[in-house]
Amino acid sequence: MSEVKSTIEKVNAGLGKRYRSEKMFQWFGIISICFGLLCVLALFFDIIGKGHSAFKHHSIEIPIMFDADKLGITDINDTKQIYSANYDGVIKASLRELFPNVSGRTEKRKLYKLVSNGSYLTLQKMLLEDPSLLNQTTEVQLITDDDIDTYLKHFVGKESEFERIHAEQVEWLATLREEGRLISHFNTVFFQAGDSREPEQAGIFAALMGSFYTLIVTLCLSFPIAVAAAVYLEEFAPKNKWTDLIEVNINNLAAVPSIIFGLLGLAIFISFFGVPRSTPLVGGFVLTLMTLPTIIISSRAAIKSVPPSIREAALGIGASRMQMVTHHVLPLSLPGMLTGTIIGMAQALGETAPLLMIGMIAFIVDIPGSVTDPATVLPVQIFLWSDSPERAFTEKTSAAIMVLLAFLIAMNAFAIYMRKRLEKRW
Amino acid sequence: MSLTDTADASTGLAFGDEPSTVQENSSMDVSTSDIPETAVGQPLVSDPKMTMRNVDVFYGEKQAIFKVNLDIARNEVIAMIGPSGCGKSTFLRCLNRMNDTIVDCRVGGQIELDENSIFDAKLDVVSLRARVGMVFQKPNPFPKSIYENVAYGPKIHGLASGRTELDEIVETSLQKAGLWDEVKDRLQEPGTGLSGGQQQRLCIARAIAVSPEVILMDEPCSALDPIATAKIEELIAELSENFTIAIVTHSMQQAARVSDRTAYFHLGYLVEVNDTETVFTNPSHRLTEAYITGRFG
Repeated sequence: MSEVKSTIEKVNAGLGKRYRSEKMFQWFGIISICFGLLCVLALFFDIIGKGHSAFKHHSIEIPIMFDADKLGITDINDTKQIYSANYDGVIKASLRELFPNVSGRTEKRKLYKLVSNGSYLTLQKMLLEDPSLLNQTTEVQLITDDDIDTYLKHFVGKESEFERIHAEQVEWLATLREEGRLISHFNTVFFQAGDSREPEQAGIFAALMGSFYTLIVTLCLSFPIAVAAAVYLEEFAPKNKWTDLIEVNINNLAAVPSIIFGLLGLAIFISFFGVPRSTPLVGGFVLTLMTLPTIIISSRAAIKSVPPSIREAALGIGASRMQMVTHHVLPLSLPGMLTGTIIGMAQALGETAPLLMIGMIAFIVDIPGSVTDPATVLPVQIFLWSDSPERAFTEKTSAAIMVLLAFLIAMNAFAIYMRKRLEKRW
Repeated sequence: MSLTDTADASTGLAFGDEPSTVQENSSMDVSTSDIPETAVGQPLVSDPKMTMRNVDVFYGEKQAIFKVNLDIARNEVIAMIGPSGCGKSTFLRCLNRMNDTIVDCRVGGQIELDENSIFDAKLDVVSLRARVGMVFQKPNPFPKSIYENVAYGPKIHGLASGRTELDEIVETSLQKAGLWDEVKDRLQEPGTGLSGGQQQRLCIARAIAVSPEVILMDEPCSALDPIATAKIEELIAELSENFTIAIVTHSMQQAARVSDRTAYFHLGYLVEVNDTETVFTNPSHRLTEAYITGRFG
């Protein structure tokens, strides 16, 4: 019996320690993943909790008499008259008819404030579509004012906590509810309208389209430029001091704060080249500068990951370098390039600072129809709404964040789908 | 001992005048001290397909090939053997200028294909590689279908005028590579799904689809099992009727089986070239003998 331990004894003695450290490492991993998930859950819970109510809105159904005299329409075929008719008067008359006991100017004003002051647009649209409604009475759903809607969503029974609602209004609303005239419905306005000073008329659609056009411009510019740069640097450029310098600078560019790109865009694109400000076009230019380094770096990594044996095979049967790149290297590295592009695009989608510098913080009511129309983008819209004093904008802010997140998730899902489809094994 | 002496006498090369040195050399000494200026044996032939004169290759500062002079005859199979790192693959890759793709690699000297320099500005590297095809160590089919793999070369060189002609080229190439019967029913399946040996034969089919004059094979069987190796060797014998083949191999048995001539490389020098039979039965140089008898390498 010797004192010297055999190899297997030494191994066994150390095994416990090895397994312990492995276990510990695993636990660290699990804890950090749990922490990450918890943060994401908290974020989603908070945003959805605050924002889900924005997808609903209340309307009041009232009988409207399209009285030609009150409207001031003498010729129904004259659209000019339809546009300038006095719809407010008709609405007020209908409301007075519903509550004949209301008297006094202040009382009446409170009554009129039940419905949104943009309700005339609903009637205008109805009459434009169907002129035969003139001098007829129809039930029309008019959306409520934002304060009324907020009260109905959050403060029924807790009137004292919300000072913007009056006791009379509470009474009237109770009556309307009893009569079945108070309707809660999906908030289509939110998805169809542009921005507005009135929360009940404000929508996300203008910002959504602005984001869409801006991203299209960014994608169309940054993807080809970045791929061309990456291919040249990886496959054709000689390896010398100059290409090293370029590489270092591309990496530096990726770390430049985005507001600098905004200033650059302002100075060069708007001031020097005269690109119209506030437009998705100039926004796309600026975001292209910002996303280029991201896409170049990931594209180069993707190109590098193509096995050299494939390149040799192509060259070995007499393909030119260009053929080698276009026939073999690019198809094989495309999934990686797309991943990088989507990451860059997601970054661009969430970018606010540089767009503030080039005027995309404008108050945009009209839906942009092309890349040269003034527009704003989703994150800027969120920024604008979060800054607004009206209480109803709080939930709209959260709802806009939800739309932005949905947009992002859709983009990422598309990227994953494309990568899976294009991926090839070798 | 006696063999070394014979080699000495037959070549008349001056190395190790004193018997004591000979004594020492016959042990494990593999230094370059006694490597001949020109290769022993018959490096040059009449009416060669390819000629190489004073070929030097540098990787940056380091010289990998030293003043190699060698001819490759028409329709012969020439095997290049030697220990690891002796430069045989590097040398092979000079013949279709694959070394161009390696940064820092410089090739000096003269290489001619049918008496035209392959470094000539008038000769495009693309057309050179169409004439001098290559099969690599590791099977490297494109991640495309079997058909696409073979059709790729003819397509980029415009060898087929239509679909039927292309089909024909693919079929004959696969037949020549002995792969047709195994894959004719699954031409549209990915080439990467084949077994290692089949993949290598697919790569050979891909190389011969462009009808090259010379085929370079860089250890084509090193990643294959013995049965697949045997198939490739059979194939090389068949192909040698129509093509000139230069093959680099680690296996001396393989060189003995497939080649007409054998060239022995040592630390970047071409030491001996001769008929395969002569090299393996009666090597002229001490180092060749040491290598083929398995004393190093």
